[in-house]
Amino acid sequence: MAQVYLPERTEEQNRPQRGPIPSTTRDTTRAQNTPPANPVPRQPGLADVAVIVALVGVVALIIAGAGRATAHSVDTVISLKPTILPLYAGYSLLRMTLAYILSLVFTLVYGHIAATNQRARTIMVSLLDILQSIPILSFLPGVVLALIAIFPHSSLGVELAAVILIFTSQAWNMTFSFYHSEVTLPLDLQEAATVYRLSPWRRFFRLEVPFAMIGLVWNSMMSWAGGWFFLMAAEQLTLGTRSFRLPGLGSYLQTAANAGNVAALILGLGTLVVLIILLDVLFWRPLVAWSDKFKFEQTKSSDAPESPILDLLRRSALLENFTMHVVQPLQERCNLLMDRLMPAPSETVTADGDAALPRRLTAGVIAGWAVTGLLVLVALVGVFNALKLLVQVPLPMWGQIILDGLLTFLRTVVTLAIGLAWTLPLGVKIGTNPKWARRLQPVVQVVASIPATALFPILLIGLLRLPAGIEFAAILLMLLGTQWYMLFNIIAGAMAIPTDLREAARIYHVSGWRRWKTLILPSVFPYLVTGLITASGGAWNASVVSEYVQFNNKTVMTHGLGALIAQSAANNDLHVLLASTLFMATIVVTINRLVWRRLYNLAERRFRLD
Amino acid sequence: MANVTKNRANKRVTPTNEVLLEAEHIIKYYGSEQKKGEQRVLVLDDISLQIHSGEFIAILGPSGSGKSTLLRILGGLIRASSGMVRYRGQEVTGPNTNLALVFQTFALFPWLTVLQNVELGLEAQPNLSRTQRTKRALAAIDTIGLDGFEDAYPKELSGGMRQRVGFARALVVEPKLLFMDEPFSALDVLTAENLRHELMRLWREGRIPTKAILMVTHSIEEAVSMADRLVVMGHDPGRIRAILQGLPLADRVAKTPAHEELVDLVYTLITQPDEDAAQIVAAAQQQGAAEVKSEPKAEPKPYQALPHVKIGVINGLAERVLRAGGREDLFVIGRELQMEIDDLLPIIEAFELLGFGEATGGDLVLTDEGRRLAESDEQADKVLFRDQECQHIQLIRQIKEALDAAENHEMDETEILEQLEEYFSPDEASRQLDTAVDWARYAELFAYDDEAGLLYLEDAAPVGNGE
Ligand SMILES: Nc1ncnc2c1ncn2[C@@H]1O[C@H](COP(=O)(O)OP(=O)(O)OP(=O)(O)O)[C@@H](O)[C@H]1O
Ligand SMILES: [Mg+2]
Repeated sequence: MAQVYLPERTEEQNRPQRGPIPSTTRDTTRAQNTPPANPVPRQPGLADVAVIVALVGVVALIIAGAGRATAHSVDTVISLKPTILPLYAGYSLLRMTLAYILSLVFTLVYGHIAATNQRARTIMVSLLDILQSIPILSFLPGVVLALIAIFPHSSLGVELAAVILIFTSQAWNMTFSFYHSEVTLPLDLQEAATVYRLSPWRRFFRLEVPFAMIGLVWNSMMSWAGGWFFLMAAEQLTLGTRSFRLPGLGSYLQTAANAGNVAALILGLGTLVVLIILLDVLFWRPLVAWSDKFKFEQTKSSDAPESPILDLLRRSALLENFTMHVVQPLQERCNLLMDRLMPAPSETVTADGDAALPRRLTAGVIAGWAVTGLLVLVALVGVFNALKLLVQVPLPMWGQIILDGLLTFLRTVVTLAIGLAWTLPLGVKIGTNPKWARRLQPVVQVVASIPATALFPILLIGLLRLPAGIEFAAILLMLLGTQWYMLFNIIAGAMAIPTDLREAARIYHVSGWRRWKTLILPSVFPYLVTGLITASGGAWNASVVSEYVQFNNKTVMTHGLGALIAQSAANNDLHVLLASTLFMATIVVTINRLVWRRLYNLAERRFRLD
Repeated sequence: MANVTKNRANKRVTPTNEVLLEAEHIIKYYGSEQKKGEQRVLVLDDISLQIHSGEFIAILGPSGSGKSTLLRILGGLIRASSGMVRYRGQEVTGPNTNLALVFQTFALFPWLTVLQNVELGLEAQPNLSRTQRTKRALAAIDTIGLDGFEDAYPKELSGGMRQRVGFARALVVEPKLLFMDEPFSALDVLTAENLRHELMRLWREGRIPTKAILMVTHSIEEAVSMADRLVVMGHDPGRIRAILQGLPLADRVAKTPAHEELVDLVYTLITQPDEDAAQIVAAAQQQGAAEVKSEPKAEPKPYQALPHVKIGVINGLAERVLRAGGREDLFVIGRELQMEIDDLLPIIEAFELLGFGEATGGDLVLTDEGRRLAESDEQADKVLFRDQECQHIQLIRQIKEALDAAENHEMDETEILEQLEEYFSPDEASRQLDTAVDWARYAELFAYDDEAGLLYLEDAAPVGNGE
């Protein structure tokens, strides 16, 4: 489980982690009454191999499809009139919303099946684990090209590519969180649901979804912020001479930068920031405050999240009437209908491992086999294609790929080091001062949700004038995409240092470096590792858009795996694209397994404060 | 709820001869058979039990004897590995639809209000309209003394109030069978007493349509004061040791001699797991008809199982018993230390294992070693523990010998764990090792590095000379 932590601490619930590539799953509290189910005690095994083979196949298919794309670009004319900004913001928001709904539906369905279907579980969980480790941006060129091949003469392909891309950035962590909640459902509540004969439908919405709600909401916020990052990138994709632009805020920013129109740039960015803040105030905060009632706790917590907007809604008589006379009856109808379609099982015994019922050849089983067969077929065709493409990669090219991988690796290390250097002192400072923490945390959250990809055009104007500017730019861009994870987690970690420990440190005059060594670093360590894992994934991801930039109709690039991916996509160099994409995925998965997972386990074992 | 109350107002509920629910030769294993290396654990061994209409049955027994498992098998929530459960003569293959369950943990949905929680059970009845549902739920809330709290969330309520919600939710579905798994053990004494009383009133006066109540409990007094019959279960494997007839109604609540006698008898039964239950019951001269299973003398266990008890507790209790003259009634100890028999049992087991004391006739009696333990200071205690552990504790002796033999005087914990897993589940195996390490550390027999999972001998000077 490379990037998933399913911490069992309560304060974890409020540990914010947001930003471009949300690949961590925080999770709800474990109830004391959790069944002894150990959700994912896995060693890499056959399932992983199967999953990897299938994934390689799918990737190869996408890229092979991309090869058939006709060379023309889908280039909408982007206007820089300020009055068009609301419309563009609306387009961008619409894409985000569509992708989010898709992610949510996927989450509920996939998570539920993975949790309840013993057979499917192993494969489905492995698949998720690997999917969430893959740097998604490396697929962007491939996905866009492939979809354009399918929908040649319209922007539908690019639109779909954008939505799919955002979806792939949002879905995994939400799904993991939901899956984990499902397998940690308290046994007594499950039994209550069984004894009082809730139908599967009611059980899902009365028990399973509510229990997962807190984790789902927090992960949704993270995913949403991550979505902006990809939306910006997807709206303004340029591959060589072809450019694929969609009307939206991202393309507006890009066009403004290309035209050197600073006023438009600032206006566009301002619109984006206002949109993000509005969404935060009008949607996410009320949602967080509302979801507080789903917290699985025995006593009421004193510092429940609040939202004036939610209070307003709750007091509205109009809304109350609407709920009572329209929503509730509708809900009731819907429930009754679903009860009839899926009646409560009267004859089955709750799953308990050895009480498996004899398998019958139902439609479900047949469908399951059909889907499996189809997947196997796709995987095989894909792998065949992949091999065909990969043998065309000349040997020196492999050398180049490995060398570039090393360079990008060094860049990510530098990025993390720089990020750590400023976020650690600042985060601890803020976190140990409750007053500051309370005031600054929401600000930091909003700042962190401003997608780094939106800032790229602006930064590039300044940076590219410097000698070796692209080097700075690449690292700065990667930093922008990743530092917030660290800052967040460090603040949260510092906030979680128990007061008694801090007092003890003061009483025994532990100060200066010793204070850091004995008190602060060990307490913050688990949080820090969490932040670093996410940041590391984020940095690899960002390399695709930061090592190779197109600006003012010029291409500026440095050496690196990200640049290689972007370049080969631009030149339609499919075998290199496939080879470097797979190589990057391999590196990230390997680092996760070898370094981060171990560190995380160490953190869990050694430095847990409870 | 309301109409039911009227119709039955004057009928007193008494046990009848009609068999309502019947279990025949129930056997239950946990752990799958397919997986190699993992032994399946026998949790219930050949349980047969009949529950009659009008009866209140209490199930008692040490922790882990399978009480909850039996309750759930009887309710159809878990399937037995073999054997059969019948409800009114019909085989039960799934969750019994006439059943309501009250949980120790309340099992309320924290995101639903009191009213919504109570309505939950009615939602499965499609012929009820929303208004009817609410009406019935409100009536149940009223009956159980919760009015005014309809719109509160469970986390706003005290434990007692929460369990009232649990009862309201169970009673609103008008169940024929009411099962309760330690319903009062999470509540404070007074609240529990109050709630027990109210339940008994509803039940005795026939104000609820429930035909039989089955309650799992840790509290012997509670069982004696409520039940028509008491099922006493034993451990390893879980089995019924005796089924005792409850007291006549008049003797149940008041502290009559009969009441005390029965409490004492159950204490004795439970604290002497290796004695023949038939003999104990005969010795107590219980005149009531008791079904007792005469057991063959317990065969030696394949591997000694350590009770998970902390050293400090053993020391503390030894001192407490010595102050009482070296012999003390377990029932008194339990009441004084506010421990149910379940918390007390492992401690007694530890006393017996280590040779510090023995349970006889419901009393804990200190041995000579036990007296010395209570009298001596910390350093001497350590020596005493050291001797007793080496002499009596198989696991500790074995580790110590292996460490002495090993060249560098260390060994990997996995070796021991693997061996333990032949007799225990993986979880239990690691708990066994933890307890052994805890005891041995105190006695300074060997040390343990948790990080590396290493057991090793400390080269520190031997204890005993004082410092
Ligand atoms: N789902 C399960 N899987 C494996 N073993 C289990 C499971 N549930 C219970 N057991 C084991 O079965 C035995 C009996 O458990 P059970 O909960 O029925 O005992 P109990 O008498 O109710 O104990 P307590 O008084 O602690 O509630 C215990 O040893 C327990 O560890
Ligand atoms: Mg139990």
